Amino acid sequence: MELSLSTHTVAGHLVLEVGGEIDVYTAPQLRERLISLVDGGARRVVVDLGRVEFLDSTGLGVLVGALKRLRGVGGELSLVCGQERLLKIFRITGLDRVFTLYPTVEGATAANPDGSS
Amino acid sequence: MPTVKLSFTPAPAHVRTARLVGVAVARRAGVAAELFDEIRLAIGEACSRAVSLHRDHAIPDLIEVALADDDRFTVLVTDRAPIEAALGRALADPSDLADTVALLEPGGPADGADPAAEEAVTVGMRLALLAGLVEDLSVRPADHGPGTEVRMSWPTSAGRNGSAGRGSSPARGPSPARG
Repeated sequence: MELSLSTHTVAGHLVLEVGGEIDVYTAPQLRERLISLVDGGARRVVVDLGRVEFLDSTGLGVLVGALKRLRGVGGELSLVCGQERLLKIFRITGLDRVFTLYPTVEGATAANPDGSS
Repeated sequence: MPTVKLSFTPAPAHVRTARLVGVAVARRAGVAAELFDEIRLAIGEACSRAVSLHRDHAIPDLIEVALADDDRFTVLVTDRAPIEAALGRALADPSDLADTVALLEPGGPADGADPAAEEAVTVGMRLALLAGLVEDLSVRPADHGPGTEVRMSWPTSAGRNGSAGRGSSPARGPSPARG
């Protein structure tokens, strides 16, 4: 299955909903989308992995790159992930200590309220 | 003795094919269904590693995947990259890789979020996943020619795992008395 990417806004956060398989073949699409979002001015970004069926090290590398890129411009990246098989991957790699993982989009946006106004 | 052999050009698009074939063979071999996720991921990582090595060194040779259905379900992924390239990566500095929090610190591997830094993170995560997921894992020089072999195995269902004979296993019952 190919990667699907769609964006919408929730409570001042840009939510990127990802579906399908994030692997060595599809990860470049995810990277390009995340870069274009940041270049377009998004600072509070939530990546929703709820519909992701497969995630590998290349995908993890892209997510770490996006986190770094956002923090470099004063932004923040949060991940939404409730699937045990994906959570296991974050635990094994220690990335559960790098990312903040939320079970729902609402949880992610509430945890980082838009404090600009 | 491979049950299924698969060779593919070092293109990322083919890694998914290897994953699908690998899980299909595992299913036929009688591997427990709850292991399929980790088998899928481990085969993907081993093949991604091989593709990455081939591309870095402009090696057009095929990557080989051999899937054997013996006492255990065994996967062998063979690349043709120079051995020192593979070892250089594997031995970069395991302690760096383990400390993922350091990835984000200034000057750390992910500093600047450039493609090379991201690649370094990916390589670290790949090794962490393989080591963390696969109990029976070994990486060694290929038997013939340049390259390395990643060998992984998983148990098959009870009755076929271990000393049971080949072919259809007899119905369970008391062992024949020894006289």
